[in-house]
Amino acid sequence: MKEFIAILKNELIKTIKRPRSFIGFGVVAFICLILQAAFANDGREILSLVTGQLENTLSIEGQVLNGNLICFVLLQTLIIQMPLLVALVTGDLVSGEVATGTMRFLLTRPASRTKVLVAKWLAGMFYTFLLLLFLGVLALFVSRGIFGADDLIHVNSEGLTVIQANDMNWRFAGAFVIAFLSLSVVATLAHFLSTVLDNSITPIVSTMAIVIIFTIIGMFDMPSFNVIQPFLFTTHMISWKDMFEDPVPKQEIINSCIILFAHIVVLLGSSIYIFNRKDINS
Amino acid sequence: MTFEYLLCISKWIMSNAIEVKNIKKKFGDFVAVKDLSFEVPAGEIFGFLGPNGSGKSTSLRMMLALISPTDGSIDFFGKPLKKNRSEIMGRIGCIIEKPDFYTYLSAHENLKLFARANGVDYSKEDYTELYELVGLSGREGDKVKTYSHGMKQRLGLAQALLHNPDLIILDEPNTGLDPKGIIELRELLLKLNKEEGKTILFSSHILSEVEALCDSLIVINNGETVAQGRVEDLLSDEDLLVDIEVGNLEKGKVAFENSKWKDLLREQKGNHFRLNLPMDEIPKVNTYLIENGVELVSSSYRKRLEDYFLRITQGK
Repeated sequence: MKEFIAILKNELIKTIKRPRSFIGFGVVAFICLILQAAFANDGREILSLVTGQLENTLSIEGQVLNGNLICFVLLQTLIIQMPLLVALVTGDLVSGEVATGTMRFLLTRPASRTKVLVAKWLAGMFYTFLLLLFLGVLALFVSRGIFGADDLIHVNSEGLTVIQANDMNWRFAGAFVIAFLSLSVVATLAHFLSTVLDNSITPIVSTMAIVIIFTIIGMFDMPSFNVIQPFLFTTHMISWKDMFEDPVPKQEIINSCIILFAHIVVLLGSSIYIFNRKDINS
Repeated sequence: MTFEYLLCISKWIMSNAIEVKNIKKKFGDFVAVKDLSFEVPAGEIFGFLGPNGSGKSTSLRMMLALISPTDGSIDFFGKPLKKNRSEIMGRIGCIIEKPDFYTYLSAHENLKLFARANGVDYSKEDYTELYELVGLSGREGDKVKTYSHGMKQRLGLAQALLHNPDLIILDEPNTGLDPKGIIELRELLLKLNKEEGKTILFSSHILSEVEALCDSLIVINNGETVAQGRVEDLLSDEDLLVDIEVGNLEKGKVAFENSKWKDLLREQKGNHFRLNLPMDEIPKVNTYLIENGVELVSSSYRKRLEDYFLRITQGK
């Protein structure tokens, strides 16, 4: 265990100190801040156009444009880019070291290949968690600081949903947990491809290609696609939105979490199997 | 001192640090290593030679569990690598191919990573001592991306010695080193071997270094052994390089031109003539030169690994 903690510490240090790791934080900060600035500038005008159409049928009181709504919008916007930012780091964890030759040093030390690989995966999970936490702090707390906290009004396929401001925190916490699980699947997929492939760019590009292909398959309501859609991780990556339904569809969320978790187990298991048999030729 | 203790000591002295038995490696249809066997006795400096593409790197990688052999077995310190990888790796320090590091970290940060991976708890003084030993004092705080290849080699050596290994495997450790660095490396390896009893497997294309360092060696080509044994036994009289210095150059030139050894003349620089000669021909050449009025200043010979290597790997 002491040996594993030592190599995990090494992996965390390397992940934190790599310049590439900061790209994700920079992108998240940039998008959050420009969207918050745009909402502060033009948000009320745009919202008044929308709410103006509803004023004949219902009465809206309080601040529609508030921190909770901004966070909800930011999450919807960034959840598309987050897989790329996660893959940018996790897709390079193994193949990057194979390509640069440092993997030779890691694998000629006493720690087993499984320990090295799991330590790298955990470092990837840690990075994913930090990135999401950063997004959470910027999207939720900074938005609330700027725009205040009020009820969340959003539109879904069922119609208009209003969630009370004092009923928000646990929903956001749940949404972030599901988002973390979703991004963990992307991170584990990138880590798996990084184990299979030997250069640092292909696993990142391949991960994004898979996410895009699966997302497109998930978008079409066609019988041949409908058969596989429930098993695609991309179908369940948007389950975080269910946390803002009233009532919350618990069973659907649990099912999604099980499928996402199964993806992680299968992908990580496959990575360990392949990495233990892989010849390090570079 | 009990009999068992003596037996244990003698076993350790007589034991092999490395035993490679009939290893093979195939990449698809390509056979990189056909059937390689050799032993490295504990406490020796062992040369591992082969031309480019001979299967040398593949063999070293198999020995360090970076790639798995298609067939055969590798034992270290009397234990099979397959079942004791973790324990064995803890006793080996190595540089394979080229020293690659995390370029965005400093040399010191890199070494701290490797120390942690080896379970080594180094004090500041220990690190200072190590930097002095490999000649990196004062530069340890610099990012590795600013290092020259020679400096990376020094850092690679520090990394290999960090955990005080019993066996040191060095693949081309003097590539990129300046002449001073090569001499320092040679002296360091000899010191580690003679004073601390470290076993060293040394692979290099600089054959004069191999000759100066190694007790025994193996030469492989096309994935199989072409020669193996103690250095002095392997180098035959055919590989003698004779240096003759004469006092009067013109007479020397004429004498060699008219001699039966003129085809064996390899080089002439100033008053120095260099020939490849069998041992028993040397006194005959000396006598011939004196009889032909040539002032013989000196005549010396040495066996050359370079010639031997070319002869057995290229048939020259």
